Amino acid sequence: MLVTLPILVPLLACAACLALWGRVRAQQVVAVATAALMVVVGVTLLHAVLTQGIQAAALGGWAAPYGVALVADPLGAVMVLLTAIVGLAVAVFSIGGTTEARWANGHAALMLAMLGAISGAFVSGDLFNIYVWFELMLLSSFVLLTLGGERAQLEGAIKYVTLNLLSSMVFLAGVGLVYASTGTLNLADLAIRLDAMDDAQRATALGAPLLVAFAIKAAAFPLYFWLPASYHTPPPVVSALFAGLLTKVGVYTLIRVTTLVFDQERALLADAVLLTAGLTMVSGVLGAMSQNDIRRILSFHIVSQIGYMLMGLGIALHAMPPGDPAVLPETAVLALSGAVFYIIHHIVVKTNLFLIAGAIQAERGTGDLERLGGMARTHPVLAGLFLFSALSLAGIPILSGFWAKVILVRAGLEEGTYLIVGVSLAVSLLTLFSMMKIWTRAFWGEPAEPRATPSAGAWARLVPIWFLASITLAIALGAPWVYEFATSAAQAALLPDAYIETVLPGPEVGVQPATPETGGRP
Amino acid sequence: MNSVIFRSSTQVLLPFMLTVSVVVLFRGHNEPGGGFVGGLLAASGFALHAMAFGYRSAQDTLRIDPRVLIGVGLFIAAGSGIPSLLVGEAYLQGLWITLEPYGFPEPLKVGTPLAFDVGVYLLVLGAAFLMVCTLEEYRHDADDGS
Repeated sequence: MLVTLPILVPLLACAACLALWGRVRAQQVVAVATAALMVVVGVTLLHAVLTQGIQAAALGGWAAPYGVALVADPLGAVMVLLTAIVGLAVAVFSIGGTTEARWANGHAALMLAMLGAISGAFVSGDLFNIYVWFELMLLSSFVLLTLGGERAQLEGAIKYVTLNLLSSMVFLAGVGLVYASTGTLNLADLAIRLDAMDDAQRATALGAPLLVAFAIKAAAFPLYFWLPASYHTPPPVVSALFAGLLTKVGVYTLIRVTTLVFDQERALLADAVLLTAGLTMVSGVLGAMSQNDIRRILSFHIVSQIGYMLMGLGIALHAMPPGDPAVLPETAVLALSGAVFYIIHHIVVKTNLFLIAGAIQAERGTGDLERLGGMARTHPVLAGLFLFSALSLAGIPILSGFWAKVILVRAGLEEGTYLIVGVSLAVSLLTLFSMMKIWTRAFWGEPAEPRATPSAGAWARLVPIWFLASITLAIALGAPWVYEFATSAAQAALLPDAYIETVLPGPEVGVQPATPETGGRP
Repeated sequence: MNSVIFRSSTQVLLPFMLTVSVVVLFRGHNEPGGGFVGGLLAASGFALHAMAFGYRSAQDTLRIDPRVLIGVGLFIAAGSGIPSLLVGEAYLQGLWITLEPYGFPEPLKVGTPLAFDVGVYLLVLGAAFLMVCTLEEYRHDADDGS
């Protein structure tokens, strides 16, 4: 029952916000309280997964593979928790970071619907159900993106929605093909049936459309244009929410299906993923060099960092022997734990950098580096928080990004994939360059004239930034523990026997039909 | 639309359509129908009213802001799965009780799926009506501008 709560809580709160239409203050209270409750649910779920093993539930009592299964393994549970943390920071920041008119037009309900959809995608154990969450995510994010209806917003939103709809279409076509070939959409059941089909090429071909769709969602090379075209257009707090979570859903589903379902031709997948990872890193970081707006630079860096996560996945697939090994190769676990560590670190840091960009914009009225300057003198606290987050992102030793990259690089060296290691180190350097560009142009130099009236609600902007910065610090200082957790998450993902056992218990799985009388329970 | 025939017939049709929509809603569990179709029927009744008397009059007839209707509907539908959670069953699993009201020919089965359907009914009614109103509003504004 715990697994349903990450979806249920935000969905009910979204309904409540709609029912409270027009009452902005009440909606703000509901949004913040719900996000806080989601953090509690996330912590409880993660604790339950770590102490009692993988949690699963069947919606409506219709047992898998017939009903929709919700599953939380360590990876899914930590993603749910991170979603809640980002949600809390963004909900509080929204109080001081967006206009009253936005709230009055459904900001809270949309935000909560999106958080619910993202959590849903993380705990769903059913391919079509994941599609539904993707659509809800796309719809709510599209409205969040266009609310206000400025020219730039609509221009960005059209690119965003076109490419994402393309991805949804490819996804749905893939779901249809999979269902036609196997007769099931439950991920655990699919894993069994595709292995039993004993036709590796066919299985991989079935997976191809899904992998392409998820890669578009993850903003991987070559179809990443929607991201830098749209993320700088809405109010900063919305960009922060998108930046932290949306692409990571794509990465998560990629990890999930390549390790659980389509693991028949790992060597082929590994090459494709590694190639995509390298190109994504390079094209993202090069795109950032030519930009002059803080949020545009940060958007391109999201793309580049998706490459690191894919790199971890690629090396892990590369290191796995064919078939289902009894013992996992250490390098594969190391590489995937690097990817998990990177995702954990990235979600927190990236959201925070966008929130800081939002705070700058609220103080100075612009995010354009040409018109900023001297923020270090006028806003020393904000400057310090930016420097800390930016260096964490670039991976300066002992900060959180450093550990993530060390794990990935070490896995790459062990596996002998030197090219991707070299690329990742070079990209790291360029990331540092970009961060320093923002630092020198926005925070050093002569202060430009401040905005006549900085918008109100400065506390609501600073509190979430401190909150996320302290989590970043905790990840850096508690790196051994985070690493230990990431290792167990990687093991559970790479060796999904426990996952399949939990979703489909019993030996004669898949033969007894579910009946309405028993509600599908055996 | 300025037509006496249309207006007069709408006044008869609206209550009729609302009644049918409720019938469709209630028989929906075992026979064709349900919350979605019922909600659409009800919304089309109000859309008819909006066409005959203007969307403002339709809004007044509905009395409740359609957005609130969406919220309440979603809340009831999503909340209808909670009782089964509380008794330790799966989320959204149907719980049924059998009532034997006085004078009824046969026992009456009532359960949480009914609440789900009612929620869907309200949600669909609110959403569809909101779309009609928004489109009408645009047309209205465009007419004013010309």
